[in-house]
Amino acid sequence: MRELAGRCDLFLDFSLRSLRLCALCVESVFTEASCPPTHTDRDIFAFMQPIIRISSLSKTYASGFRALKNINLDIRRGEIFALLGPNGAGKTTLISTVCGIVTPSEGSVSVGGHDIVKNYRASRALIGLVPQELTTDSFESVLGTVKFSRGLFGKRPNPVYLEKTLRDLSLWEKRDNPIMTLSGGMKRRLLIAKALAHEPQILFLDEPTAGVDVNLRRDMWNLVRTLRDSGVTIILTTHYIEEAEEMADRVAVINKGEIILVEEKAELMRKLGKKQLTLQLAAPLDRLPPELTRHHLELSGDGRALVYTYETADEESGIVPLLDDINKAGIRFHDLQTSQRSLEDIFVSLVKEEQ
Amino acid sequence: MNFGLNLTAIRAIYRFEMARTWRTIMQSIISPVISTSLYFIVFGSAIGSRISEVGGISYGAFIVPGLVMLSLLTHSISNASFGIFFPKFNRTIYELLSAPVSHLEIIVSYVGAAATKSIVLGLIILATAGLFVPLHIDHPLWMIFFLLLTAITFSLLGFIIGIWADNFEKLQVVPLLIVTPLTFLGGSFYSIHMLPPFWQKVTLFNPVVYLISGFRWSFYGIADVPVWISLAMTGLFLAAFIATATWMLRTGYKLKN
Ligand SMILES: Nc1ncnc2c1ncn2[C@@H]1O[C@H](COP(=O)(O)OP(=O)(O)OP(=O)(O)O)[C@@H](O)[C@H]1O
Ligand SMILES: [Mg+2]
Repeated sequence: MRELAGRCDLFLDFSLRSLRLCALCVESVFTEASCPPTHTDRDIFAFMQPIIRISSLSKTYASGFRALKNINLDIRRGEIFALLGPNGAGKTTLISTVCGIVTPSEGSVSVGGHDIVKNYRASRALIGLVPQELTTDSFESVLGTVKFSRGLFGKRPNPVYLEKTLRDLSLWEKRDNPIMTLSGGMKRRLLIAKALAHEPQILFLDEPTAGVDVNLRRDMWNLVRTLRDSGVTIILTTHYIEEAEEMADRVAVINKGEIILVEEKAELMRKLGKKQLTLQLAAPLDRLPPELTRHHLELSGDGRALVYTYETADEESGIVPLLDDINKAGIRFHDLQTSQRSLEDIFVSLVKEEQ
Repeated sequence: MNFGLNLTAIRAIYRFEMARTWRTIMQSIISPVISTSLYFIVFGSAIGSRISEVGGISYGAFIVPGLVMLSLLTHSISNASFGIFFPKFNRTIYELLSAPVSHLEIIVSYVGAAATKSIVLGLIILATAGLFVPLHIDHPLWMIFFLLLTAITFSLLGFIIGIWADNFEKLQVVPLLIVTPLTFLGGSFYSIHMLPPFWQKVTLFNPVVYLISGFRWSFYGIADVPVWISLAMTGLFLAAFIATATWMLRTGYKLKN
């Protein structure tokens, strides 16, 4: 799809009866002739909609456990979306619901404009899923199982594409080996190859880098970027903020079955990037001296500490002028410490805010 | 043109299931040949020498349809139940559940593969039996029809068992405790007319009687119950199993959370 978008973005109907924007036709600006007539208003509309739309989704397991609580989430076409959350937050449940493995209790999900229940064939055909657990057959060959995956999704055989996919994942040499002879990292790559076998538009990666060494992690990240550049929308789950930082365009934080934040990565990093400098004063202060009011300072309740909050992302932390001013004001401190807000703090503060 | 069916997916699952058979091809062929030979040595020769004829047929020939039926039932059930139980067990079922395949396509491909294998085994047994006794088949088309119908019906039962079972014991329990006894008591090795009147009545509650009787009729034109009843009963099972399997897939019973 992205390929198309690269070709022609804007289409103007010069008859002036209507002015249309065609998101599917980028390059052929102002030339009516080169906008393929196949792009109907419906196509264009569908293209500009979120590729996945999750509305008021809840999941209660048979045990009575409510694993997802009223989830509302839109995934944009072509983005890398990270779902960040601690163990048991509901990441896998959410992904499994979208893919059709878990039945939703309430709410609805549409994928590419197709409802996942009523129109499961169309919605599932768009999706490739790499599960969290290493679940593979044993006796089948690598190439055999990838061919099977492609067929299962109703795609005609395409040896050239499958060879390329296996080569990209460094599995081509192993194509005739039975799966049980692969290492854990190879099996994980094989699961990716299986998920990609039917050329999906959306790829779900459930903790792709769990149990994967540093080199392979790099490779995987590169692969994900390459896929994104070819127009695939990617949704990955992770426990690690660094991973989200490295990869994602947008991040959602999920905790106890609730989405507590959806943010552009840059914005989240800004929030996460806050650091605090605490100065333990030698003598307590009643109030902030006027020389220091230009800094974003707070005096602790007992007057024994000054707390300075700053962004790590900023070039100038402002610490040097602050310390200068403190010195000039004649304030003495006997200790200082810095702390960084962790993901944990963010969870805590977000959950608190909600209550 | 493809009747709205995802034929590519059906083919993929069918091939995958058949590949399992090919990997163990020797075992798949040799064991029925050996077991059939054993049956003929034990039942055909040892016992059969004392029972001369049943309904004008030599005892050895008489038991052939029952032997084929016995194999057909047990293999249909075990193939199909294992086929769907195993991905559930090793959790590769996620792929099937997330694929754009309908319930019908899943059933057709798994049941089709299991039935194919059991029919091939049935024919191997028939051929082996032909080495021991002179075979003749009065109604070959009906024979094939019963073979197909029974294989499909009981592969469906196996499919249901495979979904229902959540461990290996459960997988074994139905074939072992229900199907095998019913088959042995269903007239595989005797005509139910050889039983005392009371047991003849009781035996009519055994569904397998109808299967074996109909199948034997297609060979020798003799039957314990009228053929149309055999057909109707098999059809009834088929309908019941189709309904159950469809219900299981629709509700996600033991497959989806
Ligand atoms: N089949 C099930 N029946 C009952 N509860 C379940 C089931 N599957 C998951 N849960 C519960 O739902 C919650 C969310 O589980 P889920 O697997 O979605 O978490 P997760 O965010 O993927 O965790 P992790 O990071 O550990 O993979 C957990 O509390 C889990 O115990
Ligand atoms: Mg998980």
